[in-house]
Amino acid sequence: NSILAEFLLILVLICRNYKGDVDMAEIDHFLPLLMTQEEEGLTCPIMSHGNVHFLWIKHTNLYLVATTNKNSNASLVYAFLYKVVEVFTEYFTELEEESIQDNFVVVYELLDELMDFGFPQTTDSKILQEYITQEGTKLEVAKTKVPTTVTNAVSWRSEGIKYKKNEVFIDVIESINLLVNANGSVMSSDIVGTVKLKTMLSGMPELRLGLNDRALFALTGRDKGKTVTMEDVKFHQCVRLSRFESDRTISFIPPDGESELMSYRINTHVKPLIWIESVIEKFSHSRVEIMVKAKGQFKKQSVANNVEVRVPVPSDADSPKFKTSTGHAKYVPEKNLAVWTIKSFPGGKEFLMRASFGLPSVENDEMEGKPPITVNFEIPYFTVSGIQVRYMKIIEKSGYQALPWVRYITQSGDYQLRSNF
Amino acid sequence: MTDSKYFTTTKKGEIFELKAELNSDKKEKKKEAVKKVIASMTVGKDVSALFPDVVNCMQTDNLELKKLVYLYLMNYAKSQPDMAIMAVNTFVKDCEDPNPLIRALAVRTMGCIRVDKITEYLCEPLRKCLKDEDPYVRKTAAVCVAKLHDINAQLVEDQGFLDTLKDLISDSNPMVVANAVAALSEIAESHPNSNLLDLNPQSINKLLTALNECTEWGQIFILDCLANYTPRDDRESQSICERVTPRLSHANSAVVLSAVKVLMKFMEMLPKDLDYYGTLLKKLAPPLVTLLSAEPELQYVALRNINLIVQKRPEILKHEMKVFFVKYNDPIYVKLEKLDIMIRLASQANIAQVLAELKEYATEVDVDFVRKAVRAIGRCAIKVEQSAERCVSTLLDLIQTKVNYVVQEAIVVIKDIFRKYPNKYESVIATLCENLDSLDEPEARAAMIWIVGEYAERIDNADELLESFLEGFHDESTQVQLQLLTAIVKLFLKKPTETQELVQQVLSLATQDSDNPDLRDRGYIYWRLLSTDPVAAKEVVLAEKPLISEETDLIEPTLLEELICHIGTLASVYHKPPSAFVEGSRGVMHKRLPARTGSGEGTECPDVGNAAGGSAPEAAPSIIPSQGDLLGDLLNLDLAPPTTTGPTPSTSGMQMGGMDLLGGGLESLLGGDIGGSPAMGAGFGAAPAVMPASLNAPVGGGLGDLFDLGGGVGMPMGAYIPPKTVWLPAMKAKGLEISGTFARRAGVIQMELVLTNKAMSVMTDFAIQFNRNSFGLAPAGPLQVLTPLGPNQTIEVSLPLSTVGPVMKMDPLNNLQVAVKNNIDVFYFSCQYPISMLFVEDGKMERQVFLATWKDIPNDNESQFQIQDCHLNSEAASNKLQGSNIFTIAKRTVEGQDMLYMSIKLSNGIWVLAELKVQAGNPNYTISLKCRAPEVSQCVFQCYEAVLKN
Repeated sequence: NSILAEFLLILVLICRNYKGDVDMAEIDHFLPLLMTQEEEGLTCPIMSHGNVHFLWIKHTNLYLVATTNKNSNASLVYAFLYKVVEVFTEYFTELEEESIQDNFVVVYELLDELMDFGFPQTTDSKILQEYITQEGTKLEVAKTKVPTTVTNAVSWRSEGIKYKKNEVFIDVIESINLLVNANGSVMSSDIVGTVKLKTMLSGMPELRLGLNDRALFALTGRDKGKTVTMEDVKFHQCVRLSRFESDRTISFIPPDGESELMSYRINTHVKPLIWIESVIEKFSHSRVEIMVKAKGQFKKQSVANNVEVRVPVPSDADSPKFKTSTGHAKYVPEKNLAVWTIKSFPGGKEFLMRASFGLPSVENDEMEGKPPITVNFEIPYFTVSGIQVRYMKIIEKSGYQALPWVRYITQSGDYQLRSNF
Repeated sequence: MTDSKYFTTTKKGEIFELKAELNSDKKEKKKEAVKKVIASMTVGKDVSALFPDVVNCMQTDNLELKKLVYLYLMNYAKSQPDMAIMAVNTFVKDCEDPNPLIRALAVRTMGCIRVDKITEYLCEPLRKCLKDEDPYVRKTAAVCVAKLHDINAQLVEDQGFLDTLKDLISDSNPMVVANAVAALSEIAESHPNSNLLDLNPQSINKLLTALNECTEWGQIFILDCLANYTPRDDRESQSICERVTPRLSHANSAVVLSAVKVLMKFMEMLPKDLDYYGTLLKKLAPPLVTLLSAEPELQYVALRNINLIVQKRPEILKHEMKVFFVKYNDPIYVKLEKLDIMIRLASQANIAQVLAELKEYATEVDVDFVRKAVRAIGRCAIKVEQSAERCVSTLLDLIQTKVNYVVQEAIVVIKDIFRKYPNKYESVIATLCENLDSLDEPEARAAMIWIVGEYAERIDNADELLESFLEGFHDESTQVQLQLLTAIVKLFLKKPTETQELVQQVLSLATQDSDNPDLRDRGYIYWRLLSTDPVAAKEVVLAEKPLISEETDLIEPTLLEELICHIGTLASVYHKPPSAFVEGSRGVMHKRLPARTGSGEGTECPDVGNAAGGSAPEAAPSIIPSQGDLLGDLLNLDLAPPTTTGPTPSTSGMQMGGMDLLGGGLESLLGGDIGGSPAMGAGFGAAPAVMPASLNAPVGGGLGDLFDLGGGVGMPMGAYIPPKTVWLPAMKAKGLEISGTFARRAGVIQMELVLTNKAMSVMTDFAIQFNRNSFGLAPAGPLQVLTPLGPNQTIEVSLPLSTVGPVMKMDPLNNLQVAVKNNIDVFYFSCQYPISMLFVEDGKMERQVFLATWKDIPNDNESQFQIQDCHLNSEAASNKLQGSNIFTIAKRTVEGQDMLYMSIKLSNGIWVLAELKVQAGNPNYTISLKCRAPEVSQCVFQCYEAVLKN
């Protein structure tokens, strides 16, 4: 059961053959294969030619392709390819053709450290930046030592970090995923929350995060107010998973700077925060009439910001006319969308938008899909699940006092309402 | 200033210029030149001519420059092996550099230079680096052992590097442990039997400890390695599971999937009534669902694996239907996979929701997705009986949309629904007939024709409808032609008066104007049947069809088991065993789930037998191979009718007919339930009533006392294996010669084939298929010819056979018709297997039962044969026969003549009883055989002869 991304390639730009058992020329088969698949409209992230299998992802206009002729661990390969994108993006801000060419020496150096003989090695960009720098390593041999972090059990944080003021910022962000059928019934809805940290702490601090986790309270027998059931929790490498498994304690030594500490999924049904009712009437050969009603189904004290209701319109529509009770609507022809924007949407309120479009008298032959109405929004100072940070304990051997700051925000995730036209 | 300028110089004489610059005294200039060289190399220019000049730059204290030179070396050393030697000294020196980065860089690069001469020099530096004080160097050296092994395995073994690598598993540094595990796993893969990893409870414990501390990638190496371990008992299994479950909370999807693999595998060993088993099941669902929020490619891998998990343990995700609902913006490959899982999870509880979704999907625009959605509605109807009516009405709604491909797909699935629920939904036929003209796909046309033929008596203008297809008969595809032929014959049998002309027409089209042998043969069969015995024809053609099975596209249990052991890998994505797509993996053990064994006192678990197979799913529905797999491919060639449950319209009607047509004495052969057993049962039942008297009473000279002699059976000998014979001469098979024989080894029937390529070109893509045969012999797996067979090459393949295939009486009884396919063509041959292959190991009958049965079988069923020229004494004969599972139950000596009483049990449950007379000094034996299915006697006799004379 081998674990091999045989070589990685950012198409034609750069490649690194890690194992030598797949001929580099095999990559020539990749693009034709991909093109055939695209023509058939049936792309697949795994393709094969003879004995060689191509596992690829696309980032902007680049293809990152791993090839193998063994029964490799496919999930590892994709996870690694995405990690490569992450590392390169942190190094060069943008991962694109230009940034690769501009930095090809560093790219080679990074590829060397990221993987050896098909085995992913160090992929933490913060640590890599300690010994692979864009300025080019100067002759001072003494300075280019391996950071002990690379091989430490704590492989994500260097020693000797110093801050004047020790602070940690916690962002709890919940995204609402929603799928509503054309007849208005909620097919599925869930909440995906993430806890992000911005850590500005000296030394090697031990942190403990306390949430109003129902399983924790069930375990300790203490029940203080509202608790939340998390269906599934995922943690950053730094969190001690076995500790969490045994007593639900979230304890860790945080990476320096920004990181995503954890994510969780909650299944409980919540009332859709912004409810949309739509009537879309299509009069063939003449016009489309759209009426959309948006209702804020959250507390009156809260306000949703930057609300955007995106309503699909036929691709051959023209001469848009809008009427809104608040906000502003516009036609985005390149996306076949009518976009209605409301900067500030208080809870409990209801707004209306009407739009009409002309249709050509000659009908478009091509079948068009039925894209759903999607909604974007952001509600600050509020989590829809009611999750709360009860405490964040910070202990460092130097004994400094540090302050945690917490911020809550709820936003739209994949928020789709199927329309009926 | 950026590096991109290096890519721009493409003028003539570049190499010369670079050469000069490389040899420059100025360090800066040198470095610039090396960068230009690497840039040229990157864009694919050949700069190998600069080899000596670049290697000269190797001696530098500039790390960046050194890395570039190393990179160059890795690329070109193979093409310049002699010059690569020049670099050796520097490597050796660098491996002793005070800077660990340089030591590691040197050892990492050396391993990538695949030049034999260099590897010798690599050993000493590598040995030092494996013991380096810096873990960064050790972890790099560990990987280097795997690299070196790849180049020269013998060298690695001779130098003792494998032992050093094993020691590194106990290293204090988790990253070193992880790389050592990865390297060992890699090496072990090319030596499947080397027991390199030597996993035992102690080493497992070390790995589990390292698991908590190493990087996410290291965790994956370790988990994948753990998955190869087989715990001793359920307690160990549980304790490993407990330590692995925390990994399900890791943010990296690959860590999660590898953990799922370990858990799915070890769970197999846990008793189901254990509380922990239930806990574990519950823990698996949430992380699997969360994987669906990952990047689309990872979602795809997850979905393909969930598809396996749902088949293996449907209970895990049975409440999670909603998460598989398709989103508008999902990529097509994710959509199709979600749809598949939705059908697998469909049940009475959620069918309403599922149907609403499927209907929604069926109105999308993506053709492949829409087709699959329509097909899914049909599968729901067949799977969830309560929903059938709603499904049919949904399909009718869709037909009303008049979207061509939707209509066609709907008709194909409605035909399947008719097969599952006959005489229930015929009211829709009228609607279907309205769409006759719009059908242009063969499958849909064939389905429609089948429907018209099947329900001809209810369709007033059935003759007109079928006649309309007849006009373009020769332009139709084979499946439509076959279907039309059968449909018209059905019509004729139902409405003979008006359709005589039509049937004449189709019979002559099929038999006289067609080149297709299948069509012609079927035409002739119908013709003869109709002309000789119309009543029989009616019984055959209009026979009641068995209902089609409810679950389709299930993966065969042993394959499923193997794939579960490969969760997360390519095999799990392709749903194929690694041996099917990895070269050189033939002979590698197929992975199996562990069998359940109790801890401590051990094996008294009541259902060990069930669990030991591991594969036995809770309910084993019969399997319809999915189209596109090997079997499907073969079926498309029309070489053999599919299993009786097959929905293929082209054969379904015919095949049933064929069964009855040829099945004259078949019932008695089918053994088991139909023939032997009930009668046997009667024998058993009668025995207690009758036998005690005759057994206990000393009936002198009667049959009773013969049992007193007991079975003085000595050591059994091996089973008889006939010599290989040529089955398919190369002349007849475009150069492919097949010879072979049959053997029974440890209870497994094997077809041993020798394939020889006598053609000029390479042969690949071998597959095998049997026609239905008397004892249901069928390949138990694919034909394992994985490497292409070159000209003049010979390969020996052993194909395990099962006896659960479709049954049809053959003449001679032990005749087997075989089709072998390769990249060139399909070839057919027939061969005969010794029936002794089917003699099972538990064929020794109880004495009393023997006696009762012997009496019970009518004397008409007894046949006598002479075996001539046999010079064994009765003892030796008995031994020899036992090797082939012919068991001597008793022996009696009467007037110098030995009477041996023997029993044989065939794989289908038929018993054969024998009495063998051996007279000292007389080379001619007499044998009497008694069996409820006397047809087998001839074959059994042949076996006696073959076994005794060989």
